[in-house]
Amino acid sequence: MSTSTRKDKSRPLNSGRLVTWSLFALVLVVAPLLFDSSLSHTMLSQMGIAIIVCLSYNMLLGQGGMLSFGHAVYSGLGAFIAIHTLNLVTQGRLLLPVSLVPLAGGLAGVAFALMLGWVTTKKSSTTFAMITLGVGELVWAMSLMFPEFFGGEGGVSGNRVTGPKPLGITFGPQVQLYYLIAFYTFVSTALMFAFTRTPLGRMLNAVRDNPERVEFVGYDTQKVRFISFVIAAFFAGISGGLAALNFEIVTSEVVSGYRSGAYLLFTFLGGATFFFGPIIGAILMVLAFVLLSEFTKAWLLYLGLVFLFMVMFAPGGFASLIMMNVRVASFGKLKPLWSSYLALFASGLIAFIGVAAMIEMLYHLQLDATPGSRLRFMGLELNASAPGPWASATVVLLVGIGLFELARRRFVVRWEDTQQAIEKEIKRRGAP
Amino acid sequence: MEFFTISLLNGVSYGLLLFMLSSGLTLIFSMMGVLNFAHASFYMLGAYFAYAVTSMVGFWPALLVAPLLVGLTGAAFERFCLRRVHKFGHVPELLITFGLSYILVELVQLIWGRIAVDYRVPDALKGPLFTLYGTQFPMYRGFMMLVALLMLLAIWLLLKKTRVGLVIQAALTHPEAAEALGHNVPRVLMLVFGGGAALAGLAGVIGGNAFVTEPNMAAAVGPVIFVVVVVGGMGSLTGAFLASLLIGIVQTFAVAVDSSLMSAIGTLGVAVTPETFGYAVLKLKISQIAPILPYLFLVLMLIFRPRGLLGTREG
Repeated sequence: MSTSTRKDKSRPLNSGRLVTWSLFALVLVVAPLLFDSSLSHTMLSQMGIAIIVCLSYNMLLGQGGMLSFGHAVYSGLGAFIAIHTLNLVTQGRLLLPVSLVPLAGGLAGVAFALMLGWVTTKKSSTTFAMITLGVGELVWAMSLMFPEFFGGEGGVSGNRVTGPKPLGITFGPQVQLYYLIAFYTFVSTALMFAFTRTPLGRMLNAVRDNPERVEFVGYDTQKVRFISFVIAAFFAGISGGLAALNFEIVTSEVVSGYRSGAYLLFTFLGGATFFFGPIIGAILMVLAFVLLSEFTKAWLLYLGLVFLFMVMFAPGGFASLIMMNVRVASFGKLKPLWSSYLALFASGLIAFIGVAAMIEMLYHLQLDATPGSRLRFMGLELNASAPGPWASATVVLLVGIGLFELARRRFVVRWEDTQQAIEKEIKRRGAP
Repeated sequence: MEFFTISLLNGVSYGLLLFMLSSGLTLIFSMMGVLNFAHASFYMLGAYFAYAVTSMVGFWPALLVAPLLVGLTGAAFERFCLRRVHKFGHVPELLITFGLSYILVELVQLIWGRIAVDYRVPDALKGPLFTLYGTQFPMYRGFMMLVALLMLLAIWLLLKKTRVGLVIQAALTHPEAAEALGHNVPRVLMLVFGGGAALAGLAGVIGGNAFVTEPNMAAAVGPVIFVVVVVGGMGSLTGAFLASLLIGIVQTFAVAVDSSLMSAIGTLGVAVTPETFGYAVLKLKISQIAPILPYLFLVLMLIFRPRGLLGTREG
């Protein structure tokens, strides 16, 4: 049995992969039918764009070990070139269907990566991170110097309903644009996955893990990094081009360090060690930017805290948490862990409510424009300047932390037991 | 001559402030291999702590208390967060400091608000230090230079002339051997991280009132000190010193120069009009390109001398 599955896995088109990709395509097609409000269409479009850019970022971070603080340079410049291309089409000076405008963004990403990438990829790891930061700041500062190209404070706007309209597709309604984005998302994801299976993709992994040895074998590590960097910039540019079509306006914010930081943060949260991790990260990014920021003013603080804990306790991101449990489940050992998970979740929620109440009260007192010290928090009305709510929030927090610690200790014991049982099982199966 | 001297003095004082920041960063990097992304956040924290302490007991106690508080914060962060991710490698270490920079800026806004706070130069240091060619040089600038130079001397004495410095250097190059001799290497690293953070805090105390104390100050100075560290050569304290002065002086001069390429070509007798090729670049004043000069410098340095001014190895 084991030999047949192994053979199956090495074939590029095996049954498991076919099912996964069909499901992915199905989700992309069905999603706007299930969530058919205009807000959800906007969000789905943004998710598609974010998926492409996070996956392209992960080509650097996850597959190449290159921690970039300047990925927004390539998606952002791609967006600018795309919107200028769109405006040329509108003026009739260029004959190009609107559906191909994102490719102009992608090519722009390639062009800028060819220009800046050789310097950037000279070094790896920490120095690489600093250089990308510097290049990012360079482009960001330039965006204020050249209002002719970057449009100054107001940005560059365009109109996507233009050019030839085959089959009556104008890209005016958001749904039509969503399907264009979905198509690009699917093709880009497939291509980026295919890249991980090419010899170059494998060499990139080797450069990440053991650069000395790669050089010894006779490869130029910088060249491998450089080519991968350019390919990643291509996909980043495509996502920038799609964003330009989606918002019909591009401001210099798209090349800023904040944007690059967000790509890094969410790619990592999703999980850089697995190919599908950034997809989770991208979905979280749009949810956080669109919904969470509406929900609470302190969202950046929560985001920072989640990120900190993720780096400390699960450096593989959400994807690694999922895969660890999938592994446990595949050995049929998930059942005894359920109660522990429930206990962890409940106690964690209690602690979180305590912290969140304090943060929200503090935010209300310090930064909210509305007068008065009363605020609504989870259906309760709290008086932020009275000691009562503060005391109760502290008690809730302490109780939550105490319960969480108890639950954690029990969970750790059970988890170790399960892992040992799985190791034993693997050995037993492996023995002839 | 007047312009030159005053700009040079201003440039040197700004450069010395940059050095106070980059020295801590370089120390932490060379000892622990950690690129502390939150270093500029510690600078911001120093300025805010100094503001809080100043409003309670005055500036002079703040000069001592605020860096200590920042140092304690840094040491606690190292002890409870950074040390946990040490086993995962350098990238998670960088990422956790990146996360910290997010949290610190939000916390500062939570406590002190989003707009700049009124953190002022103490009365004793107001007024001119001396008058040169009719232009006054503020006493506070002189004070900043003095503090930075004293700090430089103190670090040098600590690292080269004391037992503690000897242990730190040993823990840097031969951690196992230092541990075998009974020194607590993790604690040394905690001290180094706390000390580096305290240096950034000190820079915040004297830089916060010379410039503006606002939540954005970390993001404004952060990338520049990374440039300083790369240009100076990763991990070289002397290199960081040279690069800080260089970038400080170049930037101060550039901000004050009002001419552009267009005017330079104009003196040659060639008229430049909006139709000329590259007009957008030619018409830029040097003061306008001042913000990008450090980054341009970084790129040029990487092309022509990748290990930095005084770096010893190609990383």
